[in-house]
Amino acid sequence: MGERILIVGAGQAGMQIAVSLRDAEFDGTITMIGEEAHGPYQRPPLSKAFLAGESDEESLELRSPAFYVENNIVVITDERVVDVRWDAAHGTAITNTGREVAFDKLALTTGADARPMDVEGVDLDGVLYLRGLADAKALKSRWDAAANVVVIGGGFIGLEVAAVARKNGKTTTIVHRSERLMSRVVSPTTSKFFKEAHERRGTTVLLNTQVSRFVGGGGKVTGVELADGTVIPADIVMIGIGVIPRGDLAAKLGLELKNDSIVVDEFARTSNARIVAAGDAVVMPHPLTGEGQVALESVQNAVDQAKVAASTLMGVDHEYKAVPWFWSDQDTMKLQMAGISTGYDETVLRGNPDEEKFSVIYYRDGRLIAIDSVNEVLDYMAVRKALGAGQTIPSDTASDTSVKLKDMVQD
Amino acid sequence: MPNVTYIQPDGKEVTIEARDGDSVMETAVRNGVKGIIAECGGACACATCHVFVDEAFMGKVGEPGPLEDDMLDGSAEERNACSRLSCQIKMNADLDGLRVRIASEQV
Ligand SMILES: Cc1cc2nc3c(=O)[nH]c(=O)nc-3n(C[C@H](O)[C@H](O)[C@H](O)COP(=O)(O)OP(=O)(O)OC[C@H]3O[C@@H](n4cnc5c(N)ncnc54)[C@H](O)[C@@H]3O)c2cc1C
Ligand code: FES
Repeated sequence: MGERILIVGAGQAGMQIAVSLRDAEFDGTITMIGEEAHGPYQRPPLSKAFLAGESDEESLELRSPAFYVENNIVVITDERVVDVRWDAAHGTAITNTGREVAFDKLALTTGADARPMDVEGVDLDGVLYLRGLADAKALKSRWDAAANVVVIGGGFIGLEVAAVARKNGKTTTIVHRSERLMSRVVSPTTSKFFKEAHERRGTTVLLNTQVSRFVGGGGKVTGVELADGTVIPADIVMIGIGVIPRGDLAAKLGLELKNDSIVVDEFARTSNARIVAAGDAVVMPHPLTGEGQVALESVQNAVDQAKVAASTLMGVDHEYKAVPWFWSDQDTMKLQMAGISTGYDETVLRGNPDEEKFSVIYYRDGRLIAIDSVNEVLDYMAVRKALGAGQTIPSDTASDTSVKLKDMVQD
Repeated sequence: MPNVTYIQPDGKEVTIEARDGDSVMETAVRNGVKGIIAECGGACACATCHVFVDEAFMGKVGEPGPLEDDMLDGSAEERNACSRLSCQIKMNADLDGLRVRIASEQV
């Protein structure tokens, strides 16, 4: 019998590890266990095309059910791994149904949960989170009947849901705690642009605003009460205030954690050499500079890091080097980001935010580190490519829109 | 249901029956056709689903839209007149028999 690899978490990263193992001609047993009712599927459309009714459940599937059969990948859904036992030679995972699965090597791709909000009324019907397909269906089933949608949290998911709501003609309000939107990842220029762009479309954006409770009647939410006592009518409240990485199982296994995230090295190895981890559940060295510890909640990272993890499981050290990138679709605005802007000391604005077509380019010590583009695909692609090749674009000319960014790239 | 044939970067040809309305990308990825990565899942945001459409079908498939056109400018393998992002081509009866060659470099 060949080697047995167990993947806990049947999401984007877990699926990719399984596929990459087979691509590398791993001929042992692959078992993937996931606690959701579905096999691996795409989350990004949940707050975009799926919510807008432009894509169905089947089109969310990352692979068809037949694919797993043909590739001899066992996918167990609707079960949660609750514990792992180690013997001298191998490990055994135990699920909530009592099933035991023996393995030689383990991959943790447990993702993250939506960060819960602890305020009065959070259990009312119509107060929802959006992490998985079950959440998205709950949201959709209430969508058509809802006239008033309130989004708590001005991050990507909240803004995307707000954009769909407004487009569907709903009275839409975004309540955000801090002083600017998406403040963790984008520059003040980009934040300000998105606030104004959502307002232009008729959405109310409240910054520096705290929720004191959700009010309701007959078990259903009817409004959101703010700290100053104002009540905003609501048929649906969507809470999007970030995530909590799923490090619970890793903690049980005694792995090194940072807050709730599993700590991995550039080979996606945890503090136990027999266990790899990838995706939303981990913190890793910066994939371009190797410095510090970063968490990247993105499809790109889940996929690329999973490939590295698969390689490590095959005994081949393949250092994680990739340009982080991300996108967010908000009505007609396509935000695309490449690189990690954290720690920037200079930004250059290229194009005109008033035309909803511009880029913000980030520099540190005079070197290009990242870009946010809105409806400026060429800029975004040029920077993504330059970063991948270790190149830069001079900051003193980057704002000149008469020259393509890709023609300014230099070593 | 319409058929689509993929020529993988390894030279192998794979023919798949597509769901009407599914994109050429979705049909490939869900069925494990090799070479189309499609990290963004069809949002026209990644350019990792680059294909070269068989010339005979170019008329029916049509030219890329403006956004797709810009994305193709940054594709890993140099584009040509038959380049398309496969997530932007929806399958229908009219495209039955479509042939596409998958770009050998996507990232
Ligand atoms: C609404 C929404 C929109 C998004 N939009 C974008 C976007 O536009 N662009 C982008 O790049 N990214 C986007 N993301 C983020 C992206 O989807 C995630 O980064 C990606 O899914 C991470 O993959 P993962 O495999 O690490 O985690 P997941 O896909 O979350 O998979 C983890 C799985 O593990 C399961 N699990 C956890 N613990 C256990 C256990 N003990 N036993 C069994 N199963 C377990 C979970 O139930 C889950 O199914 C979005 C996310 C959401 C929710
Ligand atoms: S799948 Fe990303 S651009 Fe086609």
